[in-house]
Amino acid sequence: MLPSSNNGIRSRAKFIIGGLLILAAVIYLIFSSTKANAEYFMTVDELNAKSDSMVGRSLRISGAVVGSTIQFNPDTHNLTFVIANVPGNNAAIEAQGGLAKVLHDAVVDPTRRRLSVTYNGPKPDLMRDEAQAIITGHLGEDGVFYADELLLKCPTKYEQAVPSQVTGN
Amino acid sequence: MLAQFGFGVLIVTFLLALFSVGAAIFGYYSKSDRWVESARRALQLTFPLICLSAFSLIYMLATGHFEVEYVYSVISRDMPLYLKVTALWGGQAGSLVFWSWLMSAFATAVTMRKWERDREFLPWVVVVTAITLAFFLSLIIFFENPFARLWQTLNGDVAPHMFAPSGAILFTPSNGNGLNELLRHPGMVFHPPMLYLGFVAFVIPFAFAIAALVTGRTDDRWIRLTRRWTLVAWVFLSIGLVLGMRWAYDVLGWGGYWGWDPVEIAALMPWLAGTPFLHSVMIQEKRGMLKQWNMLLIILTYSLVIFGTFLTRSGVLSSVHAFAQSAIGPMFFIFIGLTFIISLSLLIYRWSDLRAEVEMKSLLSREALFLLNNLLFFGILIVCFLGVIFPMISEIFTGQKITVGPPFYQRATGPLWGALLALMGVAPLSAWGYSTLKTIGRAAWKPAIPTLLVPVVLFVLNVRNWIALLGFTLVAFVIFITIYEYWRGVRARRKTQGEDYLTALFRLTARNRRRYGGYIIHIAMVVMAVGIIGIEVFQTQTQQTLAVGQEMQISGYTLRYDSLAQFPYSDGRQVTRAVLSVFKNGKLLGELHPRYDLYPDGQPMTIPAIRSTLGDDLYVVLVNWENVSVKQTPFKVYHNPLVNWLWIGSGIFMLGYLVAAWPVKEAIGEE
Repeated sequence: MLPSSNNGIRSRAKFIIGGLLILAAVIYLIFSSTKANAEYFMTVDELNAKSDSMVGRSLRISGAVVGSTIQFNPDTHNLTFVIANVPGNNAAIEAQGGLAKVLHDAVVDPTRRRLSVTYNGPKPDLMRDEAQAIITGHLGEDGVFYADELLLKCPTKYEQAVPSQVTGN
Repeated sequence: MLAQFGFGVLIVTFLLALFSVGAAIFGYYSKSDRWVESARRALQLTFPLICLSAFSLIYMLATGHFEVEYVYSVISRDMPLYLKVTALWGGQAGSLVFWSWLMSAFATAVTMRKWERDREFLPWVVVVTAITLAFFLSLIIFFENPFARLWQTLNGDVAPHMFAPSGAILFTPSNGNGLNELLRHPGMVFHPPMLYLGFVAFVIPFAFAIAALVTGRTDDRWIRLTRRWTLVAWVFLSIGLVLGMRWAYDVLGWGGYWGWDPVEIAALMPWLAGTPFLHSVMIQEKRGMLKQWNMLLIILTYSLVIFGTFLTRSGVLSSVHAFAQSAIGPMFFIFIGLTFIISLSLLIYRWSDLRAEVEMKSLLSREALFLLNNLLFFGILIVCFLGVIFPMISEIFTGQKITVGPPFYQRATGPLWGALLALMGVAPLSAWGYSTLKTIGRAAWKPAIPTLLVPVVLFVLNVRNWIALLGFTLVAFVIFITIYEYWRGVRARRKTQGEDYLTALFRLTARNRRRYGGYIIHIAMVVMAVGIIGIEVFQTQTQQTLAVGQEMQISGYTLRYDSLAQFPYSDGRQVTRAVLSVFKNGKLLGELHPRYDLYPDGQPMTIPAIRSTLGDDLYVVLVNWENVSVKQTPFKVYHNPLVNWLWIGSGIFMLGYLVAAWPVKEAIGEE
């Protein structure tokens, strides 16, 4: 194809404009959706440090479930429990001996900062002592965390470096 | 013995793969066919070797060699044999073996073909597949060894090692930890291998792409050679994704099939790069355009395949799937980074060779619409990628980890999916080279008439949700246009060949399998879209606590709670099962048995009861809690309209695939 004159430039301009429009649409979708749905991922300690400015914002908090505090009302499906602070990043968790150990330490240590959580819905299967709870919701004026979504992980149930039943035999 | 044997064989395989890489490169540059041949044979030898290693591991899993730490961690005596065997991919180390096994099998298969005309590609196909294989084998050998055994030292500590630490004795637990009960499901047999088959098969077109870039033979030969591989990879990946959805729907009890979990997205991303690739290679074959773009897409697909394996296997993201945390994360990161940079550099080096042979002229031509399809998929891919890495980016720039949840993905990708639906309707009507609104309109007005009836009928039926109205209209548009396309083809054959309708339909499809198989796949996609729109837009749910004899209502159904039973099952779990009768308009439709099982180790599992019809699903979950009683049983009920069409669509999808890929005698993906 010979590089044609006016016609070629015009058709190229069409494509460039079309491409830019699509690009603009995708960028708009990403930005507007991020604004509407961003959640701040924090540890219990970080939330405590900034609790005033965080009231009402969409938050995602990770912590260790303290088993003795789990309460569930089957009539209202209201679930309340307390989580204890655990480090937010994997490197820190690994440095402290892995997720299972970090969760265990957090629960047995009474000096750890804790956060009360309330959630409406069925009690998840993995909800139990020393599970890692990843909760999404907002902090109320009363200092209680109102969770809309609850994700749980029990590291001991999956793989672990040294099987706990084996050690100490 | 078997453990040492399996491990030893893996080391030999690893060395062979490395040799294969070196010999192929040396052979290419010294123009020595003998070295290339040697590289090829070395690569082919890895397959029987990995078979030996994998079979050793499977044998130890099946027979319960609990002294092997991997066996200990993924199986227990009470598991059925099929789950013991499939526990090969139940944990990280084993799934890396499985990945390598598939890689080796595919590499062997592709190097077995006759290479006369494409001799120059061979060394580089060998290099790429062997490097990928060697990378995975090195992860197994140096980081995640499934053959490590448990050793007890004199002071009682037990730890896994490959070779006996001094003074330690082998430790054999009497039973294993067992696979998490949530994974003890027939889904475990099919979902992971299907995904992996898709993942690994995409390495083959990538290998040919790199071979084309290195050798400078940048015509469409590499695409024609790998057409079939691409289709197979894409289909397995699609099936794997659908099976995962179905498994989540049947077992997890959260009423849905897709949660925008980072690991789900990790498996979706290669699909989002592979699908446009599958489309735009046709443009290169037919028009000699989009060559650079195709290269970029296959490079991206490969990187996303490795990235997907990495995300599911490294535990960098919090997710329900992230059940493994380990040291292999950085290794993956380095490997993805290196392969991506090298591939991209090659692409830039050949950039000018890959210029289009024809210039794209008309905005509505077939090739322009294919390009638009590509850009839309690419847009969805970018949204997903940003969403997954958003926490990391925000932490780097603001010091604050910010995550985005399902609403982000729904909102940002929704319009793009909608545009793809519309495009699926319009694109088949446009012509190669040049189309205008007028030519498309002339082809579209007949199918457009019945299409326009759809929103009217729905509106009369009291559907007021504009997303649903628009979505169903687009679905109808695609279906009518596809039928119309078939009809036009059949009618033309009837006229020219004098065939009857059925023969004409059959011959039409047989003549152009890729096109008409593709149309069937389009129909499958829009049928699946019906299910997705149904559940996303119209799902309703309610939670109520009932005593035996009481009733509850949802979406026109009445559920009567009849009885509750608690009993132990043979494998030790305690089963709690409720019986509910379902009524509609006073007529008994049947019974539902939601239950929850409590395993001896304290793991509960909620099994929803589902009444499934073409119109809707009634999905009942027995909300588990210790004090469930006849007087007080909490239920959560979902009404999921149309969701069955999601699964029906995937059946049609298989049909479309078979039409598109059925071997044709005269040309088996060669010309």
